[in-house]
Amino acid sequence: MTSSWRGGQGSRGARGGAPLPLLLPALIGLAFLVLPLVALLIRAPWRSMPDLLTSTEVWQALQLSLVCATAATAVSLVIGVPLAWLLARVEFPGRGLVRALVTLPLVLPPVVGGVALLMALGRNGVVGQWLDSWFGITLPFTTAGVVVAEAFVAMPFLVISVEGTLRAADPRYEEAATTLGASRFTAFRRVTLPLIAPGIAAGAVLAWARALGEFGATITFAGNFPGRTQTMPLAVYLALQSDPEAAIALSLVLLAVSIAVLAGLRDRWMTPS
Amino acid sequence: MTDIEKNPKVRQSAIGAPSPAHEGTDARREGLDARLVVERGSFRLDVALTAAPGDVVALLGPNGAGKTTALRALAGLVPLTDGHLRLDGTELDRTPPESRPVGVVFQDYLLFPHLTALDNVAFGPRCHGATKAQARAQAAEWLERMDLAAHAGAKPRRLSGGQAQRVALARALATHPRLLLLDEPLAALDARTRLDVRAQLRHHLADFEAVAVLVTHDPLDAMVLADHLVVIEDGRIVQEGTPADIARHPRTDYIAHLVGLNLYRGQAEGHTVRVDDTSSVTITTTEALTGPAFVAFPPSAVTLHRDRPTGSSARNLWRCEVAGLETHGDQIRAALTGELPLAADLTTVAAAELDLRPGAAVWATVKAAQTHAYPA
Repeated sequence: MTSSWRGGQGSRGARGGAPLPLLLPALIGLAFLVLPLVALLIRAPWRSMPDLLTSTEVWQALQLSLVCATAATAVSLVIGVPLAWLLARVEFPGRGLVRALVTLPLVLPPVVGGVALLMALGRNGVVGQWLDSWFGITLPFTTAGVVVAEAFVAMPFLVISVEGTLRAADPRYEEAATTLGASRFTAFRRVTLPLIAPGIAAGAVLAWARALGEFGATITFAGNFPGRTQTMPLAVYLALQSDPEAAIALSLVLLAVSIAVLAGLRDRWMTPS
Repeated sequence: MTDIEKNPKVRQSAIGAPSPAHEGTDARREGLDARLVVERGSFRLDVALTAAPGDVVALLGPNGAGKTTALRALAGLVPLTDGHLRLDGTELDRTPPESRPVGVVFQDYLLFPHLTALDNVAFGPRCHGATKAQARAQAAEWLERMDLAAHAGAKPRRLSGGQAQRVALARALATHPRLLLLDEPLAALDARTRLDVRAQLRHHLADFEAVAVLVTHDPLDAMVLADHLVVIEDGRIVQEGTPADIARHPRTDYIAHLVGLNLYRGQAEGHTVRVDDTSSVTITTTEALTGPAFVAFPPSAVTLHRDRPTGSSARNLWRCEVAGLETHGDQIRAALTGELPLAADLTTVAAAELDLRPGAAVWATVKAAQTHAYPA
């Protein structure tokens, strides 16, 4: 306590200043992160903005993006939280390998993910051909395909976040619940789940943000059909080639959504309590 | 759920003392009958425990002796490597923890932090099939019994240590266990709270009609709360009996230290015991014995002198050196080395007069009448 107080006071004087070899790169780093966003604001076509933003295409893309990102997050929650529990609480041979496989989509180039999804769930894919012939379900180049692509890329964020929270949570609460007559599932549902809720929420936000910005896997697996599979990032990229002003406007919308999410959740989950 | 089970008070009187009808019939015997063998790496726990309904058994032992492992094995949280576990005649060794009629009060209580005190207690009944309303009604009744009705809506972090302990006890009892396990039930409390809570816990355990097993490293807790002590060292039972018996006849250094006695093992011949592991030190005793024997005497029986006492009636006289001093209530306890390792209690005034300090040479005497010898 005392030392940080002194540090705060000292920063006004000569003694407390940060050394130049650290300060300089730090400031460059800050500028590097902030400048592009500022540039976006400077070059924004504020006058024509209302027209650009009220066009049907923008609204379609925004709506599609929000719906798909939310659906992908929901899918990730339903299958990702149990997966995280399995990785954190059950010892089985090859657990390290499974964890590595789960994290692979984090580092995999999203385009590769899209190609892989096509090979698996495409009309002639390993699983896709059965989905097609048995149930008549076709995923590629559909809105559902967008959700699949986004979930594939975003779910690892959720799994890693939830697994970390589970590992930090005291497993003896589950033991206490079982001694009170709770089955392992009841213990998970009524004790563990509420205890790790903050971690799940943080993971869901990460996954949602990742899904919202997803580009590579989406365009590869689901294509780029306005109103059906054209999400905001795709629309931005396309607009940049034909109508740069529209691209800037769309980018600003995504920026605003990101800031809104960050601001909305920071107080509840992002600060250590 | 029958009416009797809903009302703990009715149930308590309905099932009182062990019914004599079951005695002698091994298959359907009331209470606990267990031999717990748990192997973990190089550690092996092997203890046999039996208790009748209404008994309170304390597992006493140093850290790492295996007490908590034994408790976890009883709860089903650790599988038995070997042995058996029967409760009221039912085999439980393969029953998963959620199906055992066992309640546990954990060392740090493990109250669910996201639930109120009431919902913590209602958790068990709810898992046993009661509706939310029924479970809450039962929980409210238990909290009432524990004088905690005013705190029913409080989250665990807003409860004091003593209150949390009672909520944990209520939570464990609310499932009507036939075996109640308490892991270091008073360890998390400060000294002042401890006194009150110990008295309350004693009261509640006395009311409890089934078997209670508690684990502690505090001999006072064990002696106050339990009617049968089982001392475990290194995974094995080294002594068991009533608190009074164990306090009077400790059989290991650990127990002697716990109950505050000097304990020596040696060979008795009449009124003399030649102490093992020393260079022919003998202790003169009141009792006459032959063969392997223990001699015990309290630190207060030791008198210290700066110079060799002359004309003292004490037959036991040893030359010692002060190894350490510590305050023990309003007394000073001196740890002595030399011919015979000893603990001696003396008043602060006496210690000052003797000018005791670590390294000081002293003479220690003990009257034979204050020693107690018994066969090993």
